[in-house]
Amino acid sequence: MNWTIALAAILHREALRFVGQRGRFVAALVRPLVWLFVFAAGFRAALGLSITPPYQTYITYETYIVPGLCGMILLFNGMQSSLSLVYDREMGSMRLLLTAPLPRWWLLFCKLLAGTLVSLLQCAAFLAIAALWGIRLPLSGYLLALPALALSGLMLGALGLMLSSFIRQLENFAGVMNFVIFPMFFLSSALYPLWKMAEASPRLRDLCNLNPFTHAVELIRFALYGQVNLTAALWVSLALAGFGAAALWGYDPARGVQNRKGQGG
Amino acid sequence: MNGLEVRGLSYRYGPRQALKEVSFSVPKGRFCALLGPNGAGKSTLFNLLTALFTAPEGQIMVAGVNLSQEPRRALARMGVVFQQPTLDLDLTVRRNMLYFAALHGISGSEAARRCDAALEQLGMGERAAETVRALNGGHRRRMEIARALIHRPEVLLLDEPTVGLDAASRAAITDHVHALADQGLSVLWATHLTDEVQDNDLTLLLHKGVLLAQDTAANLRQDQSLQDAFLRLTGGAVQEHGGGGLR
Repeated sequence: MNWTIALAAILHREALRFVGQRGRFVAALVRPLVWLFVFAAGFRAALGLSITPPYQTYITYETYIVPGLCGMILLFNGMQSSLSLVYDREMGSMRLLLTAPLPRWWLLFCKLLAGTLVSLLQCAAFLAIAALWGIRLPLSGYLLALPALALSGLMLGALGLMLSSFIRQLENFAGVMNFVIFPMFFLSSALYPLWKMAEASPRLRDLCNLNPFTHAVELIRFALYGQVNLTAALWVSLALAGFGAAALWGYDPARGVQNRKGQGG
Repeated sequence: MNGLEVRGLSYRYGPRQALKEVSFSVPKGRFCALLGPNGAGKSTLFNLLTALFTAPEGQIMVAGVNLSQEPRRALARMGVVFQQPTLDLDLTVRRNMLYFAALHGISGSEAARRCDAALEQLGMGERAAETVRALNGGHRRRMEIARALIHRPEVLLLDEPTVGLDAASRAAITDHVHALADQGLSVLWATHLTDEVQDNDLTLLLHKGVLLAQDTAANLRQDQSLQDAFLRLTGGAVQEHGGGGLR
């Protein structure tokens, strides 16, 4: 009972903050929209795509990168909401959360879920704008995308949570951009299909295949066309379990998470 | 029964010993000032007391509950005011209070009733619908103190709660918490400002991770001001370390 009360309160708080910070919402939407309207339009001519599953016909480049841009929203949001925990701005509220009389894993999970919920709202807004732009997907795709986006969002949030507990150098967002977000985003199938990558370098393709973000994007891509990519779902779930376990270990009080961050005195 | 009891607590950050065999107790209804310069180990002690870290050595009892064995039961008996602000500035005063209440398992009409009572007590009842951003620093702190009491804890911990406040707000908050102790709460108040300590407060003097003294403020200072006694005691310790002779 107490557990669900806390969960509801944490989700409610995140939703209220989300509604209150319209600037943050717009900023988070502008990023993928710039990619869609500008980058993809420019690239359309340069890149030829063949017909590969889940597509059954020739598609434009804009259509190809929509799932990847959903992934981008999840990636940025997951990093931002988890890492804001270790910045001063949110440090206090994290302490408040962790001193609640509930198991720590539950509190962290609630936090993760709340962050994912916000990501989902942003993805929905993005897909709506893409639909207005002419990139329409089957209704079953929109429905099936929901669990795919949720699972991917949880996985990327867990990655951020893990990083926030372990890596001391990533104390500003620029560092995270350079060393986590960009490599994950570019070494994936978000912007180009892997067979295209293999033409450039098979080794790069193998790296992309190891990247959990690739599988998140593929999971979303298939889901948007009403199909389940089981391999991708399995990979994403495994990554979620791994990152989640590492985050829990990192937040174990016996290891004194925050003490390495100059909080001692 | 003691509100808070700490026995043989030690903690290290790698090679640096942050706390060394710290033992003290705060009886029910007492105001206990934890006095120490910056870097004395106050924050480390607070992190241990709030179970943000666990210590390999030593024991912490909160209202008779062992913190390392039953952390959730112990945390439920403890109210904490952190040094960092913990309020959501863009949410209303009431929403902030309700969020905290829910984290402690209080919801619905019971939560609303307790929040209203807590705000009423601060004379802030009519401001419940305002956002926290509209409150001044003193009011925000008072609100955090009121919030920390919503789940009716037996022990109240405050980590330098007056940092950044003007003199009047500082005095008001210090008096307010002394009054809370008189009503039966065990209070541990960390500070480096001696004027927040009253003569019959228990006073712990922490310096370089070691408790140099624990007594009432009156006994510690004798005929000096507490500030001078504080400097004498810590200055002595600095010399002992610097000269390397006495330890």
